[in-house]
Amino acid sequence: MSSGGEVPAVVVDGVGMVFNEGTGGEVAALDGIDLTIRAGEFVTLIGPSGCGKSTLLRLIGDLLTPTAGGVSVFDKSAHESRTGQDYGMVFQHAGLFDWRKVKANIELPLELRDWSKTDRNARSAEMLDLVKLDEFGDHYPRQLSGGMQQRVSIARALSFEPRLLLMDEPFGALDEMTREHMQGELLRIWGETGTTVVFVTHSISEAAFLSNRVIVLSPRPGRVHSIIDVDLGERTPDTREDPDFFAAATTIREALRSVGGAE
Amino acid sequence: MIVVLWEGYKWMGQQTGGNWPGTGIELPVSTDDIIMPHAADIAAELVSDIRDGRSTLPLSVFLLKKAWFTLQEAAIGFFLGSAIGIGLAVLMLRWRVAERGLLPWINVSQTVPLIALAPIIVTWGRNQGMPDIVSISLISTYLTFFPVAVSALRGLQSPDSAHVELMRSYAAPWRTTLFKLRLPAARPYLFPAFKIAATLSVVGAIVGEISIGTKTGLGRAILEFALRYAVWPERLYASVIGAAALGLFVFGMISMAERLVLRRTDEVVA
Repeated sequence: MSSGGEVPAVVVDGVGMVFNEGTGGEVAALDGIDLTIRAGEFVTLIGPSGCGKSTLLRLIGDLLTPTAGGVSVFDKSAHESRTGQDYGMVFQHAGLFDWRKVKANIELPLELRDWSKTDRNARSAEMLDLVKLDEFGDHYPRQLSGGMQQRVSIARALSFEPRLLLMDEPFGALDEMTREHMQGELLRIWGETGTTVVFVTHSISEAAFLSNRVIVLSPRPGRVHSIIDVDLGERTPDTREDPDFFAAATTIREALRSVGGAE
Repeated sequence: MIVVLWEGYKWMGQQTGGNWPGTGIELPVSTDDIIMPHAADIAAELVSDIRDGRSTLPLSVFLLKKAWFTLQEAAIGFFLGSAIGIGLAVLMLRWRVAERGLLPWINVSQTVPLIALAPIIVTWGRNQGMPDIVSISLISTYLTFFPVAVSALRGLQSPDSAHVELMRSYAAPWRTTLFKLRLPAARPYLFPAFKIAATLSVVGAIVGEISIGTKTGLGRAILEFALRYAVWPERLYASVIGAAALGLFVFGMISMAERLVLRRTDEVVA
């Protein structure tokens, strides 16, 4: 599954983040974060609210600049990776453009890369197929359910085959059933594309079901509390009833309790 | 509806001798035929002939010709004002300093009475050898840019942070974000402003004509008929109706454009 060979996907080296630095209202969000994510891995960041997990994701994506340490993505600085358009991003709210049809939404990043219309059409058709929304290309986002919109958002993020996919609680706004379905879909897509995923969540079962590794963060300032390996093999709907799944969830839950994060 | 109210009020006043029924209190507006001519008389006036230079033609056609002239001034004012309004909004979006520096002046600009400003603009224009139509359009522009600038700024700032972050994650340059995200997102804010601006552009053109003393246009017609109001009130009312119709016309045009641009996408399938 790994396409990056020996080069790690993400290296976070001694990263600290202080908001409003130099003013009276300084907030230390992250402190001394060290983290290496291998290419092709599915890694989840979990922690109580205020632990800086979204901040860490934004630092990896160069949407924020750390006040200490550095981040590299596939051997480049996070900044070079962003300007080189190396990663796709999915937010809690699908964030589709209302005025564009589903197809045009998926093609947005391709337009910004000056793809030809023919190539864009071909790729968006492929992506619609991947997220199983073939018939909805000519619909407007508002005509779709929340889960379908989020699938479009994933298709948009994957359309240009980014090596890294950053996801910030993408299923947080969905109901439980849709959420479980989307988790299955995401794992299928991850299996088909072999991309690296960094996934922020506050759901224990989501973290256990999706990831190879779970990074548990402790709050104020955010630090890496523990890293939990999860090995459940191929995930199927039955995995959710597997004793190993419960064991993984329990390990994560205990780690969260010890950092003071009541889920 | 208005006709019924108009004639009802008139009838009531004539029954009571100009007082509220059952009281000795005078009605706020006298109901005689000079102050309030019959609606039917106004309508009749619209089809009766008027002399225009050497020819005669029905008043409605006469007003239509004048309105066409006013519409051109209003249209220039509208498009110029909208362009300036959007331009100012983009400027204020790009540089916070510009917002802080410009916004108060944009607000102050609208407190200057147009009647006072119009002669200044005309005098400048004539000094530069510009035809009056340019000056009138500029007066109209002065009214139209304001609602567009204010609404456009709000619209350009309307995309939420997830959209802005998304464009940032694509390393999209500022201009691309403006054209692919901010301007399309501003459209629902712009059209209500365009509607206000369109009707204001007509007001501006008419006020401009009146204060300049042009030889043609609806404003000129209103001014002439106002001078003869005491003997021929129906004509002034008819020309006011003409001005209102012109305002409704431009409003309707913008509404049509809005429907074309903002296709309805609110039906829910899933």
